[in-house]
Amino acid sequence: MSDGVKTTAVDPSAGEDLMAVEDLSVHFRQRRKVARALDGVSLEWRRGEVLGVVGESGCGKSTLARAMLGLQETAGGEVTLHGNEATGKKGLAELRRRIQMIFQDPYQTLNPRQRVRAIVTEPLIVQNVDRSEHTERVRRALGDVGMDPDRFLDRYPHQLSGGQRQRVAIAAALVLEPEGLICDEPVSMLDASVRSQILAVLLELQQRRNLALIFITHDLSLAWSLCDRIAVMYLGRIVEQGTAVDVIESPKHPYTQALVTAVPVPTAKGREDRELLKGELPDSTRVPAGCRFNPRCPRRFEPCDKVDPTLIDVGTSGHKAACLLYDPAAAEGGAPAPGYSDTSGEPG
Amino acid sequence: MRESGALKLLTDTWRGRFGVAVILVAVFVSIFGTLIAPYEPEASSLDVLQPPSLDHWLGTTESGADVFSQLLVGTRVSVLVGFAAAIISAVLGSMVGIASGYFGGWTDRILDALENWFLVIPTLPLMIVLARLLDPSLIVLIAVIGFTSWAGTGRIVRAQVLTLRERSFVERARALGAGDGYIIRTHILPNTLPLIFASTVLIIAVAILSEAALAFLGLGDPTRISWGTMLQNAFDSGAPSAGAWWYVIPPGLCITLLVLAVSLLGFLYEEYINPRLRRES
Repeated sequence: MSDGVKTTAVDPSAGEDLMAVEDLSVHFRQRRKVARALDGVSLEWRRGEVLGVVGESGCGKSTLARAMLGLQETAGGEVTLHGNEATGKKGLAELRRRIQMIFQDPYQTLNPRQRVRAIVTEPLIVQNVDRSEHTERVRRALGDVGMDPDRFLDRYPHQLSGGQRQRVAIAAALVLEPEGLICDEPVSMLDASVRSQILAVLLELQQRRNLALIFITHDLSLAWSLCDRIAVMYLGRIVEQGTAVDVIESPKHPYTQALVTAVPVPTAKGREDRELLKGELPDSTRVPAGCRFNPRCPRRFEPCDKVDPTLIDVGTSGHKAACLLYDPAAAEGGAPAPGYSDTSGEPG
Repeated sequence: MRESGALKLLTDTWRGRFGVAVILVAVFVSIFGTLIAPYEPEASSLDVLQPPSLDHWLGTTESGADVFSQLLVGTRVSVLVGFAAAIISAVLGSMVGIASGYFGGWTDRILDALENWFLVIPTLPLMIVLARLLDPSLIVLIAVIGFTSWAGTGRIVRAQVLTLRERSFVERARALGAGDGYIIRTHILPNTLPLIFASTVLIIAVAILSEAALAFLGLGDPTRISWGTMLQNAFDSGAPSAGAWWYVIPPGLCITLLVLAVSLLGFLYEEYINPRLRRES
């Protein structure tokens, strides 16, 4: 693991990375405005690692997942798989064999006209896997997610419960035996009891197959219990990242601190140090100048609306935060960070 | 398994039985009508505008031809025009609708403008103009009706494809590296078929009616008898005011029955193809 700020394209830890994104941006054009759904995101996803991506709705979590899989046109930046660029015909083909995705809504993720058999076989057909292997691999994938193939192969999605649907979706993602699985809020639409079963299935697979997972969620306690590392996103940027223990137990960025204190704790008194966030997530067409969190930040100070902070080390083992509190040089120098400022971006 | 489910719907409901019966009869008659017709359909005789009798089951026309024979022979044109025009319209409508909804952007804008153009132009006058410009024949009739009636299907299909395109099973297929052709074939088209079929059924009905209307206005194929030309001849010869109901009601009733039968089968088909409408057994 490298602790330093990533400055060069050749990173010593690149060999361990399953995927990496570097300065990735995604812009959506809305009439005359431009929404910056992703605004310079850099992130490494290591082999066999469970990486949590947390943040409010609309912060760009799902866009990040889609951009990583080449499903979203990017405005800039680079996505790599095993250190090789994952774009172009060849790169994308490789990416699509090794990385799979499962989606939030189990009711939308399966084609209502396909039986379970066809749904789970589809990846094998698309990836031109030899026909003789299909039956065997489909049955194995269903078995892996705890579904009896004989009972379920000929069912239609409308004959399955939400949890069963999500299992089928996981089976369809696993049938190609990927190295990484991106899960976009995989349990947020399921009942609490089913939720833990699905999570158990995912974690078991992760351990048994050394499968790397990206877990996109807005549930911080879930991320804490599942993930090795966590990246916290705010308005299209990563504002803090590090090991799950570091990020949750000693959060550095005021946004992460606010998220952590907002998690309910089961004591009679509740939390006393609770500091809830004011205001709402700004529109991504109007990203605030300076630090994008400054209008809502309880600890903002002088340079915050002028200087755009970058991720810097705030601890050991790769704990980084993008906050001027920990970057006195940038705060004093007033050098405008290379970010964007939409309205009044004059350096102070 | 699927086939038996479809058959069951057809044989176990009165709608299915009625629809199948009428269509089978219509198709049978349109193939063999010329053979089973008791008289030469256009042979004139001196028995002009005679009411139904044992010799002429449905009476005679103004030129003394047998109405029943004309009815049998005329089935062919109505059935042929109805189905062929609806197929042209369904193919055109779904191609345009899918391309428009799936690819979006400029493709959508251009096709959408075309669709609007066809939706806004009143169909019957357009058909009349086109049929007048081209020499009236069966092919021209089918083409004119087919080319002027696809826009509604296109619009419905486009709307459905727009929602399908955003579903995560389409996204999942894309994430697997599936091409547009594969996604359209396995995910878009099967989920659009019931709509295509339902609107095609309506178009069969519209096409049968349009053929009758054009023929009634004298724009049908002059060399062939159809239910529409029968009505035209009846009205031209003043049969309704002469009280010759046997000359007017049979072709009108046949048009109605065929349209009804086709529609009922269309609804059953929709029930069959949409698993949610199917009752659990």
